[in-house]
Amino acid sequence: MLQGWVVVATSFAYLGLLFAIAYYADRRADAGRSLIANPYIYSLSLAVYATAWTFYGSVGRAASDGVGFLPIYIGPTLMIALWWVVMRKILRISKDNRITSLADFIASRYGKSALLGGVVTVIAVIGIVPYISLQLKAVSNSFTIVLQYPAIVMPAKVGAVPMLQDTALWVALSLALFTILFGTRHLYSAERHEGMVAAIAFESLVKLLAFVAVGVFVTFGIYDGFGDVFARAAADPELRPLLTPLEGVAGGYASWVWLTILSMLAILFLPRQFQVTVIENVREEHLKKAIWLFPLYMLAINVFVLPIAFGGRLHFPGGVVDADTFVLSIPMAERQELLALLVFIGGLSAATGMVIVETIALSTMVCNDLLMPVLLRLKSLRLNDRADLTGLLLGIRRGAILLIVLLGYLYFRLAGDAYALVSIGLISFAAVAQFAPVVLGGIFWKGGTRRGALAALVAGFAIWFYTLLLPALARSGWLPIGLLEQGPFGIALLRPLQLFGLAGLDQITHAMLWSMIANLGAYVMVSLSGTQSAEEHRQASVFVDVFRRSPEGGGARFWRGTASATDLHHLLARFLGAAAADAAFRDHAKRKGLSWPTQPLTADADFVHHVETQLAGAIGASSARIMVASAVKEEALTLEEVRRIVDEASQVVMYSHQLEQKSRELEAASSELRAANERLKELDRLKDDFLSTVTHELRTPLTSIRSFGEILARDPKVDLAQRRRFLGIIAKETGRLTRLIDQVLDLAKIESGRTDWTETAVDLREVIGDSVAAMSQVLQEKKVRVEVHLPEQITPVRVDLDRIFQVLLNLLSNAVKFCNPQDRRIEVTLAERDGWLRVEVCDNGSGVRPADEKSIFDKFVQAGDTLTDKPQGSGLGLYICRHIVEHHGGRIWVQRAPAGGACFAFTLPIERGAPIHQP
Amino acid sequence: MHGFEKKGQRMIALCMLGCVLFNFPILALFNVPGLLFGVPVLYAYIFITWALLIALMARVAEKRD
Repeated sequence: MLQGWVVVATSFAYLGLLFAIAYYADRRADAGRSLIANPYIYSLSLAVYATAWTFYGSVGRAASDGVGFLPIYIGPTLMIALWWVVMRKILRISKDNRITSLADFIASRYGKSALLGGVVTVIAVIGIVPYISLQLKAVSNSFTIVLQYPAIVMPAKVGAVPMLQDTALWVALSLALFTILFGTRHLYSAERHEGMVAAIAFESLVKLLAFVAVGVFVTFGIYDGFGDVFARAAADPELRPLLTPLEGVAGGYASWVWLTILSMLAILFLPRQFQVTVIENVREEHLKKAIWLFPLYMLAINVFVLPIAFGGRLHFPGGVVDADTFVLSIPMAERQELLALLVFIGGLSAATGMVIVETIALSTMVCNDLLMPVLLRLKSLRLNDRADLTGLLLGIRRGAILLIVLLGYLYFRLAGDAYALVSIGLISFAAVAQFAPVVLGGIFWKGGTRRGALAALVAGFAIWFYTLLLPALARSGWLPIGLLEQGPFGIALLRPLQLFGLAGLDQITHAMLWSMIANLGAYVMVSLSGTQSAEEHRQASVFVDVFRRSPEGGGARFWRGTASATDLHHLLARFLGAAAADAAFRDHAKRKGLSWPTQPLTADADFVHHVETQLAGAIGASSARIMVASAVKEEALTLEEVRRIVDEASQVVMYSHQLEQKSRELEAASSELRAANERLKELDRLKDDFLSTVTHELRTPLTSIRSFGEILARDPKVDLAQRRRFLGIIAKETGRLTRLIDQVLDLAKIESGRTDWTETAVDLREVIGDSVAAMSQVLQEKKVRVEVHLPEQITPVRVDLDRIFQVLLNLLSNAVKFCNPQDRRIEVTLAERDGWLRVEVCDNGSGVRPADEKSIFDKFVQAGDTLTDKPQGSGLGLYICRHIVEHHGGRIWVQRAPAGGACFAFTLPIERGAPIHQP
Repeated sequence: MHGFEKKGQRMIALCMLGCVLFNFPILALFNVPGLLFGVPVLYAYIFITWALLIALMARVAEKRD
């Protein structure tokens, strides 16, 4: 059953099945019913991590090292725990920026640098070549072994074959052809390869099934369960050390730790892992399931590694059979033809899965980040004039796939025999680990610069090349072995395996130590010693702050220039085809609320940004940048523009200042309003007081008038003298009432501001004389002596004569009321000083209590005790006086007279507007 | 990272736990001769711890925010 033609036919049938699955998945995707849009398919596709290395190599490693194969799976498990933080961020960034590959990601982060993208591509291709050769080696070895059935002969023993009969070459060519058919049917690298992912997920199931089948067969078919295998191994003195392998064997703990770190980084940065995890991801939420399903897959595929390894060592003692082939050779030795065929298919699926995804990822990088930027810059190719470039792009990708696979084959021919499978794979792991500082640093640290990233990659890659790839070539006889033993030019310090004399570490640990020091050191130091360009700065914040931005991250605002929508459409059509370009335009128009093509689109910054992102999805960020730059006339910022931008910025600052000021003003206004409201409430209260006081004041004279009137009316027998007295009181009280009403009217006028002031130049001496004369009757009646002191000369003053007269009368009548009843004396004094006239009216009464000196000028305040004393006035007179004096710019107050009585004084300015006089 | 803060922190803690459990000196404690359930102690330790770690990751990852 294991004849050559059966094996070949089964292999092609299997590949045909893959193709059918891919075709079906693509059809479903086109119909909008995606097959792969669920977390289980996503998790299975991640298991492309398990390659022929896992399938054949793990057993080989376990047979010699024991646990040495495990860090390769435990490391990813640990890293996947960090995915929720790290991978979610990478996913979000990649979706926002339509990233097409790892090289695109790095180039985009550091200012869309085409140079950086190229460097990453070169490192990835060179670094992955050994890994691809590993797959070729595994497949061709397994094929060779199967063909020898029923004998178990190692490929090395089969002897050298001419190249055309070399199975590895045919395997390589068929894989390349298959990948080309598979992965480059359409140009839609940013869209996902749905068919490929479905096929890869299927392959993951096949290889797991095959490996578990062998494991169950060995553990439970040949032996009697796990216990039996390990008990027999423990009894074998050669195998016993492998049961406690961490001492002495496998480089001890240092090797364990470094392998763990290495594979932690590999799960992130292997181009094919980046492809399936990031580029092919349908929804971010799928991570939730993948975070535990994928590690579970790795656990499952490793459970039987040790039983198979120990079973193989027990089965084939003496090391005649290469441990890397135990998975296949045990079923063959046990005559299990069907199982052997299944294993062969399983190994094939592990290898093909890896080669397909890896070469698709690498060819995208080679095309978008290495060749296109160069080709587009070469004016002599006149690429810019070609109407449709999709054919060229596909051609480049197909060529790149073939080239990469053939490079793998070349490496296999050159160096494939010197190393075991795992050791070959680890060289590739170490190469992609060089991307860790620039990617992880790039998404969490804004300070990383383009130069820093370049320096880091070049330094790390150089050390990797010198300490891992060079020795591999030397050991295979392609370089003098003396290079390893004596060092280049005999300089022992530079021996690739003991660089700078660092000995005692295994090769991977040694290489990782030095390359990471160089890589990380260069990244940090060069970044810190330089500055970023505007583009780098912008991209840094787009990447680092991805969760703080809106999905349409903008950034287009920095762009300025002119373009025509027709040019942009032309550009898109050339790379994506006319239909896709139309779709992109319609999409953009819809967001702007227009309907293209009936309504034209303006090629503003936002639109150009949209076109650039669309283009980036097909040809990568740096190529897209070049293309867009060629289509739009981007203008350099002149000094004038910069000044305008600064002006705009300062204007914004100014506006914000103005806003602040306005809000302060508003605050002030509202507190003023509050105060006014308080005042209004107070006035309202005063009005109530006023009303009640006035009515009270009116009542007093009215009551006496009424009561005396009633007496006179009721009792006709009242004698004449009495009658006269009563009538006198009535007349007096009526006069008082009249005065009161006059004053209230006056007050109302004054307070409402409706008073008419007629000002004339007045000699105050005359006014005083007139007022004393007007009072003369009262003064005589009450026998009051009045002394008037007037100066010889006085400056006339402009006042309202009647009002000032009113003030003087009021003060005089008050003085008359309150002077000493035994010896009534009043003194009136006029003086002129410093531009002020001062009038004093003093009596010799009991004076005003100090507590009343201020309030006496308020409304309805009467001197003396209102409870015991009979009220002597309305309480409005002095209030009105104060009002009149203050209206003239003067001041009125009361002080103690030298003789002990009250002394009312007021001042009037000779020139209006003179400073308020302070006595 | 609004709302995901807690989940991220738990995941980071799990990663650190794993780094400690799969490293010197804890590993050295189990690098001894003898069998556990018929399996060498070191292998039994690694696989059981690994399975538990995955179970914890599943719990944290699937937990609703």
